[in-house]
Amino acid sequence: MDTNWDVRDLEYWDEKIREKVEEFGLSCFPQEFEVCDHFQMLGAMAYSGMPSHYPHWSYGKSYEKLKTMYDYGISGLPYEMVINSSPALAYLMRDNTLCLQILTIAHVYGHNDFFCNNFTFSSTRAELTLNLFKIHADRVRKYMEDPSIGVEKVEELLDAAHAVAIQCRRNLAIKKLSTEEDRLRLLDVAKPLADPFQNVHKRQTYVQPDLQKTPPSPEEDILLFVRDHNPYLSEWEKDLLTIVHERERYFLPQIETKIMNEGWASFWHREILNSLHLPQELHLEFLVRHNQVVRPFPRGLNPYYLGLRLWDDIKRRHDDPTPEEIEKYGKPTKTGMQAIFEVREVDRDASFLRRFLTEELMRDMDMFQYEPRGEELVVSKVSDREGWREVKETLIKNVGLGTIPVIKIEDADHGHNRVLYMRHHHDGRDLQLEYAERTLAYIQRLWGHEVMVETAVNGKKVLLAYSDKGFAVKER
Amino acid sequence: MSTTTATIFRPYSQQDALRSDRSAGDRQRHRQKVREAIRGNIADLVAEESIIGKDKDKIIKVPIRGVKEYRFIYGDNAPGVGQGDGNAQPGQVLGRQQGQGDKKAGDQPGVDYYETDVTLEELIEIMFEDLELPDMERKTLREVLSQRISKRKGYRKAGIRIRLDKKRTAISRIRRKLAVQRGVGEEWDEEERFPFHNDDMTYRHLEPNTRPDSNAVVFCIMDTSGSMDMMKKYLARSFFFLLYQFVRTKYEHVEVVFIAHQTTAKEVTEDEFFHKGESGGTFISSGYTKTLEIIQERYHPTLWNVYAFHCSDGDNFESDNPATLKAAKELCSVCNLFGYGEIKPLGSPHYENSMLSTFRDMKADNFQVTLIERKEDIWPSFKAFLARDKISP
Repeated sequence: MDTNWDVRDLEYWDEKIREKVEEFGLSCFPQEFEVCDHFQMLGAMAYSGMPSHYPHWSYGKSYEKLKTMYDYGISGLPYEMVINSSPALAYLMRDNTLCLQILTIAHVYGHNDFFCNNFTFSSTRAELTLNLFKIHADRVRKYMEDPSIGVEKVEELLDAAHAVAIQCRRNLAIKKLSTEEDRLRLLDVAKPLADPFQNVHKRQTYVQPDLQKTPPSPEEDILLFVRDHNPYLSEWEKDLLTIVHERERYFLPQIETKIMNEGWASFWHREILNSLHLPQELHLEFLVRHNQVVRPFPRGLNPYYLGLRLWDDIKRRHDDPTPEEIEKYGKPTKTGMQAIFEVREVDRDASFLRRFLTEELMRDMDMFQYEPRGEELVVSKVSDREGWREVKETLIKNVGLGTIPVIKIEDADHGHNRVLYMRHHHDGRDLQLEYAERTLAYIQRLWGHEVMVETAVNGKKVLLAYSDKGFAVKER
Repeated sequence: MSTTTATIFRPYSQQDALRSDRSAGDRQRHRQKVREAIRGNIADLVAEESIIGKDKDKIIKVPIRGVKEYRFIYGDNAPGVGQGDGNAQPGQVLGRQQGQGDKKAGDQPGVDYYETDVTLEELIEIMFEDLELPDMERKTLREVLSQRISKRKGYRKAGIRIRLDKKRTAISRIRRKLAVQRGVGEEWDEEERFPFHNDDMTYRHLEPNTRPDSNAVVFCIMDTSGSMDMMKKYLARSFFFLLYQFVRTKYEHVEVVFIAHQTTAKEVTEDEFFHKGESGGTFISSGYTKTLEIIQERYHPTLWNVYAFHCSDGDNFESDNPATLKAAKELCSVCNLFGYGEIKPLGSPHYENSMLSTFRDMKADNFQVTLIERKEDIWPSFKAFLARDKISP
């Protein structure tokens, strides 16, 4: 296909964009672009952009699915794809027009800055990313080629590991304690607090913490826990669990900051392109494309749109607050720029929405909550004076890791019988039972013994158990 | 960190692009899993479209209920948030749950549909892959000798003009010429003509080739009376499809005849067969008699392997039962296999008559009666049906 640009054009515009990037104060990892065709793009997407990745059938499925959607025009391909690494690696579509390439390059720098500065990404070790994935891929392939292990076994274990990989610690900024440290902490917490009025008050009773229990306090990292506490796993199995866990941990920040990240990148591609003094025909095309990217989806939520609206609103509220806002939130102490740069460092989607999604914005965007009623989806709350808080809470529950049920390991030796006991921290949303059953089967495979999870179904407490006899639901 | 190092642009390279089909291996593994999944609900997948009689290289887009990747997810009672066009009202209906129209698919979150290309051939291969009926295969192949194209076999000095082998004839002449030359010696005159002789003529010899050929005809007989609703027809259709496909894998030449009957029977096209409803009562014997007629006329059992299957909801007129039984016995004597499937979807009223008891008296080995209540019954009853295949007379 003929395009109206070559690599020299890209370099020319890139230089201009980078001048702006520096002028605006974005700080990025070094950047690399790769021009690819749509097959390569689909391939890259199937593996989340990683140039090397261990093989598993689910990535083949992902490719087929993307291709089906693309072939039928249900979804187009993204204009770009960028991965969080240093140097940041981005793919540009060969068939895109020059205008799209310029827009995309600017957009990529926005993401790059976000990867480089947002706190959730600080644990991902961007310099090592590409190497790490390569090493992991090599190790998995080695196990697959090992005649004593083989593809089937490796794949079976990966299936199981993938099922629970996302059940892991949510806030990587909080230090994970070792078992010893955790026991000491429990002892510390159990100590009665110093009470200046102890003569008057009733004496506090000291409750001895159960230090024999494993884990001492509920544990979220299911894969790691199983790896460290199931003595019957062989070395290669443990290694695979580690690999899957690290892969998942790497992608967590992207799940947690989708709205912020896309909004941020859209904000900056708009700012940068507006300041570039594009020739008129490029500028007009840019306006069209930009509006396509950040248009609201009817009945859905477009993270690009939502994110951009929020960033714009934060900036405006600091630079140009309305009298009511001054009355409500006080006089701003920072400039708009200072504020958004700070927010991009310290927030994730959940906190971003909680702090900055205002009643007015919600009403303006006509946000509503829907619920299934029978076979239909019905609007149950709108952002009016009574409903907006609830709509907002529901929204926050549906972003980032809010869509993943919280399940923690409570006891690895339940009933002194090596039963793995987990608890689902129920927040009003039931587990999907078919999926819970099959996932428990995978955990049972990994744990090598009976596993159970405590949850609630339709308001009733139940225990879902999976042993070698199969699945069972026990009422409590 | 800042952007001090230069940004690198790697241009598109076609060579790399051609080499870089990195997901090929994973796609293949996924495909294997899909095949297993297809095998699981094969009858479901194929009943949708008009496939009977289609070219076997036809590519079918099969929507696959994805090979699921399970994890803990939230169930049905989880609300979501969306954005309206400015006038969203409580109580407003947004639409059905995902997978519109299909009740079952809708209320399961995370059901992912996508399509994969499978040729009909491949699909059938998958279907019969695990059908363990090796003996049956051998015995059912009743082979009919038929003279097909002749086969070349050697050369002869006599023959008809059209089979003259010019090259060999020419060689033969040259050979003779050289021999004559040697005999004559020095006095040989190069200028003199050396014509072809009758002895030079070489003809290709053909032998008629008799090959075992196999013809089969599948009779799809269906009750199209008023009581046969869409669901019943759907079940019948799935069964006919399987039968046709199976017979087709075994014989070179297969024809299908559709016979619709209520009180009278007639031969119809596939489309009419499945889509035209009629009303009125039922004389099953009429369908059988019509079949027998057609067999006599066009598919004589000495030349054809005959497979017949009849689907009905069993709601036959009481008075027709003796005639039906008689016709059925006659059919058994001319068919390789004859089957009757009674379709009673769960929940149909119980007062309906049933032919199952009537057919209990049938003693023929190649006759099979099955009861089909729901989709899941089709495959087992199909297997049971085939297990009855008799040794050909």
